Amino acid sequence: MASLVGSRVERKEDKRFLTGKGRYTSDINLANQTYAIFVRSPHARAKIKKLDISKAQKSSGVVSILTGSEIAEDKIGGLIAGWAIRSEDGTEMKCPANPPLAKDIVNFVGDPVAVVIAESLEEAKVAAEKVSVDYKVLKAVTSTADAMDGDTIHEGIDKNLCFDWLLGDRQKVKEAFEKADKVISIDIINNRLIPNAMEPRACLADYNSASEEITLYTTSQNPHLSRLIMSAFGNVSPEHKLRVVAPDVGGGFGSKINVYNEDIVCSWAAKKINRAIKWVAERSESFLTDIHGRDHVTHAELAVTNDGKFLGFKNETIANLGAYARVFGTVTPTYLFGPCATGVYEIPAAYSNVKAVFTNTAPVDAYRGAGRPEATYTIERLVEKASMELGIDKTELRMKNFPTAFPFKQTLVHTVDSGDYVAGMEKAKQMADYNGYEARRKDSESRGKLRGIGVSSYFEACGIAPSAAVMSLGCGVGLWESAEVRFNPTGQVTVYTGSHSHGQSHQTTFAQIAADELGVPIENIDIVHGDTDKGTFGMGTYGSRSLTVGGIAIVNACKKIVEKGKRVTAKMLEASPEDVEFKDGEFIVAKSNKKKTIGEIAFACYLPGVRDEMKSPLPEGEEPGLKETAFFDPSNFSFPAGTHIAEVEIDPETGEVKLEKYTACDDFGRIINPMIVEGQVHGGLAQGIGQALYENAEYDETGQLMTGSYMDYTMPRADNFPEFNIGYTCTHATTNPLGVKGCGEAGAIAAPPTVMNAVIDALGGQEITMPATAEKVWKACKNLKKSNSKAA
Amino acid sequence: MKDFNYHSAKDSKEASKLSSSNSAFLAGGMTTIPSMKLGLASYKDLIDIKNIKKLSGIKVSGKSVTIGATTKHVEVANSKDVKKTIPSLANLAEGIGDPQVRNRGTIGGSVANNDPSADYPSACIALNATIHTNDRKIEASKFFKGMFETALKKGELIEAIEFQIPEKSSYQKHPNPASRYAVVGVYVAKHKKDVNVAVTGAKPCVYNDKDLSKALSNSFSSLSIQNMELDSSDMNSDIHASAEYRASLVVTQAKKAVDAC
Repeated sequence: MASLVGSRVERKEDKRFLTGKGRYTSDINLANQTYAIFVRSPHARAKIKKLDISKAQKSSGVVSILTGSEIAEDKIGGLIAGWAIRSEDGTEMKCPANPPLAKDIVNFVGDPVAVVIAESLEEAKVAAEKVSVDYKVLKAVTSTADAMDGDTIHEGIDKNLCFDWLLGDRQKVKEAFEKADKVISIDIINNRLIPNAMEPRACLADYNSASEEITLYTTSQNPHLSRLIMSAFGNVSPEHKLRVVAPDVGGGFGSKINVYNEDIVCSWAAKKINRAIKWVAERSESFLTDIHGRDHVTHAELAVTNDGKFLGFKNETIANLGAYARVFGTVTPTYLFGPCATGVYEIPAAYSNVKAVFTNTAPVDAYRGAGRPEATYTIERLVEKASMELGIDKTELRMKNFPTAFPFKQTLVHTVDSGDYVAGMEKAKQMADYNGYEARRKDSESRGKLRGIGVSSYFEACGIAPSAAVMSLGCGVGLWESAEVRFNPTGQVTVYTGSHSHGQSHQTTFAQIAADELGVPIENIDIVHGDTDKGTFGMGTYGSRSLTVGGIAIVNACKKIVEKGKRVTAKMLEASPEDVEFKDGEFIVAKSNKKKTIGEIAFACYLPGVRDEMKSPLPEGEEPGLKETAFFDPSNFSFPAGTHIAEVEIDPETGEVKLEKYTACDDFGRIINPMIVEGQVHGGLAQGIGQALYENAEYDETGQLMTGSYMDYTMPRADNFPEFNIGYTCTHATTNPLGVKGCGEAGAIAAPPTVMNAVIDALGGQEITMPATAEKVWKACKNLKKSNSKAA
Repeated sequence: MKDFNYHSAKDSKEASKLSSSNSAFLAGGMTTIPSMKLGLASYKDLIDIKNIKKLSGIKVSGKSVTIGATTKHVEVANSKDVKKTIPSLANLAEGIGDPQVRNRGTIGGSVANNDPSADYPSACIALNATIHTNDRKIEASKFFKGMFETALKKGELIEAIEFQIPEKSSYQKHPNPASRYAVVGVYVAKHKKDVNVAVTGAKPCVYNDKDLSKALSNSFSSLSIQNMELDSSDMNSDIHASAEYRASLVVTQAKKAVDAC
C-alpha cells in the first residue's frame, strides 16, 4: 500500500462544505429556543449610573432581561487571563475583574451590560433598544504609547500597567553594545488587526432539567478548554454537567480560543429560564468585541560590527492588552514574542522588555502568529536597516549571522532542534531570481515606477510544549494533546482528536496519518472532534499545534493499537509477539506465511470466541475490544523557519503599492499533505500581506472604532495578490516521530517584514508604518523627490 | 428594520401619487435597504418602481444615449450600444460595487441618491446629461446640489438619463481599498467644443473642475495639466485620504483619463 503521508489527498471535508452541508453553530436550531441580543456600551469608558429595564420588560415577546447585578448575585465568574506573567521586579501581573456583564463600569465600546432574551430575534432587538442605561462618560485611554500617562482605568492598577516584563540580561547587553562599531536602532509600530473569521461568533445554550446538564454549542477552537474555564472559573456548572460542542467552525485565527461573555451568559441564563438561548453575532459586533491582534509600539536596537556580525539586541515594547487580559492576552506579547525577537541569528547578548498596558479598547489576544509576527517584524526590519547602513547585501548579512550547527541554542530561550537556514535562503534566492532583480528594477524605473525588494528570514516557535515548562512560566494549563483510536468490530476506525478543525483540514490530514499507521483505507477512517462528550479531553487548536502535538497523539494511539494487534496475532497464530511484524495493515509472523489483517484482529478483539470451542483469540489477561488512548506532551516546541522575498512596484503619483512577486521558501519538516500546506501558506500570506499593506484597526481618541465595517477596514482580496511562488526545504523535526513542524502561522509571521522591507527599499530607506497605504507611500514618494532634487 | 408598507407601482403616475413625505422609491434597493437595516433611514411606504417597464432600457439616437432609470449597472456594462457609443460609461458601470450590486443596483437610484463617492454622477456631469423626470427635464449641472442632495422634489421620479455622446472620454477611479468606492473618480469627456472634467469623491458633491476643464479645452493633452496643483481647502478628508492627497489624485486621475482617451 502506498503511503498517504506526503501526497495531495483531496480534502474529505470539501464535499460537505461545498454543497452547503456544513453544520455551523448558527445552523443548529432547537425546539422552543429563545433569542438573545446583548445591550452593549456605546462608550469606551463610563460609569453605569442607572440601568432601567422596566420599559423593555414590557416589550412584546420578552422572556427575560438579565444584567450584571444578577451575574454578581449568582456569583458567575468572569473572563480570565490564562497566563500569569511576572514583572522584572518579581511582582505578579495585575489584572482587573472582567464580569460577563458589566455592572458598575464599562471599559470599551461593545462591553455588554445586559442581555435581552425574547421569543424571536426581532422582538429581542426591539426590546434591547428600550433598555435605558444612564452612563457617566469618563475620559477614555486609547493610545498604546501614552496609556501609562492616562487616567487609571482599573482601580488599583497604576499607570494602567499589567506588568513590566524582562527576558534576558541587561548587563550583558550593555557590554555587547559597548563593543559595537555601530548601533542600528528603529522605532516601529505593529498595527492592530481584527481577525475577521468568515463565520461570526455564535452560541446556542440548552438546559436539560432532567439531567441537569447544560449543552453549549459554540464557535470555539477548544471546546474542552472552554468547558474547563466555564466550570472552574465561571461557576456556570460542574464540568460533568456541561457539554461544549464546537461543530463546524468557519475560521478562528485565534479569535475563537477565548471563552466569551456571550458563552457564559447564555449558558447561565439557559438554566435560569429553562429554555434554549441562541445568539449569533452581527458583523459589527464581531468588529467591536472579537479579540483584536498585535498593537505594539517598539524601540529596538541591534549592535553590530562593521563587517556585519551581530553582537547584541534589545527591544523596549509597549503592548496593548485592551480593556481586559484574556486567555492568551498576557503570553502573546511575552513568551510568544520575546524569545523570537532575536530571530534566526546567533546574537551573543539580548534582552526583551515588554510593558503591557490596559486601554479602553477591545481586548487584544492571540491572532495568527501571536507574538511571533511582532518579533519577526522587529528583528527583520532591524536587520534590513543594518544591511542598508553597513552596505552589506541583505542576504549575505543574514547568512553571516545564521547558526550553522543544530541543535541551535538561541539567545533567549529556545533550543532549536533542526533546520538549515542557509539552504532555505539559497533556495529562496534562486526561486525569486534574486540576482536578476536589478534588471527588473530598471524596467520599473523606465516606466516611471519605483521598485523595491525585501527579504526576511524567520523562525518561529509553535506547538508550545512541554507542559511542565509552560506551566513553570505561568500557563494555567498543560499544552499536551490527546487522541483516541477506536476500531469497530467490522474494521472501520474512528479517531477522536482533542485538536479542533476550523479550516485546518484535520479530517483529511489526520486520516492520512492514521491510514498509514494502521494500514486501513482512508475512507474507512473518520476523524471526530469538537465535542466534550465524544472524547476524553483536548487542548484545542491554536499556535500551529494540531499536527505536531495532536497528530503525534494519534500516531502514538495507533502504535498502541498495533502493539495489541501483535499480541493478539501471536496468540491466534501461535507465535511469539516479538516475531509478529506489522506492515500495510497486516500482522505477519516472521519467516512464515502466517498472517492476520488488522480487520480480522479488530473482529477477534470484539468477538473473542468461536463456536463449539472454549478458545479465546486474546492472550490471557488481554482485555477485549480495540480502542487506545494516547496523551502526547512533546519535549519541545516545533521550529519552522524559512526565507521569504517580496518585490513591489510603486506608482509615485498615487502611492499605490503593487505586490509584484512573492516567494516563500519554508521548512515545515516533513509535509503530510502538500496541497493543504499550500493552502495554509496562502492564507497566512494573505493575512500577513494584509497587515503590511491594508489592514488597520483604528480607534479615535474617545475610543470609538473608526474601522468597524468592511467599508473602512480593508480586508485584502484576491486581486491584491500575485501568484505566490512557494517552495520548501525539509529538515525533519527531531522532537516527534513524524518529523513534522507547524505550518499554520508562518505566512502571517514572515510576510509583514518581507513586504515592508520591499516597500521601504523602494522608498530609499524611508521608514513608514504599517499598513503602507497609498497615501503614506505617496507622501514618502514626495519626500524622495524632494531629496533627490536637492541631491541633484 | 422597522415595519413599512410595500407598494408596487404600475406607472410613474401611480408611483408619484403614492409618495409622501415619509416614503421612498425602491428600485435596486442597494442603498435604501441597507440604510433601513442599519437604522439610518426609515420610511412608512416603499414604492417599488421596478415593475414599470417604461423605466428600463437603453436607447441610442444620433447624439445621445438615453438610459432608463431602473436599468441595472450590469445592463449598462454589457450593452453593445453603450460600449460602441460611450465605452467609458460601460467601463464605469462595470466598476461599480460587486457583481451582486451590479445585478440589482440601478442608474436612477445612484443618480437620485447622489452619494459623494458614487460613480454615475460624474458621468452625468462629464457627458452633459439631461435628467428626465416624470415632471421635467433637468440639466446635470443643475441637478446635483450637495451631499446626498439633488434638485428632485418630493414625489418627483427620475425616468431616464440622457447622455451626450462625446468625441472621446474616460473614467478613472482611485478606489478606496476597503469599500472600493471612489476616493476620487475623474470622468474626462471631450466634446466638440469643450472638455468636461467631472470629479467624484473629492468634495461633498460631484463637480466639474473648471481649471482642469479649461486647461484641457485649450490643449487636450495630459502634459497641459501635469503640474497643476488644485486647492484642497474644500476637499473631503477622512481616515482613508486627506484633502491634500485627494487634490493630488484628482490631477493624477485626470491625466490617466486623458491618456486613456
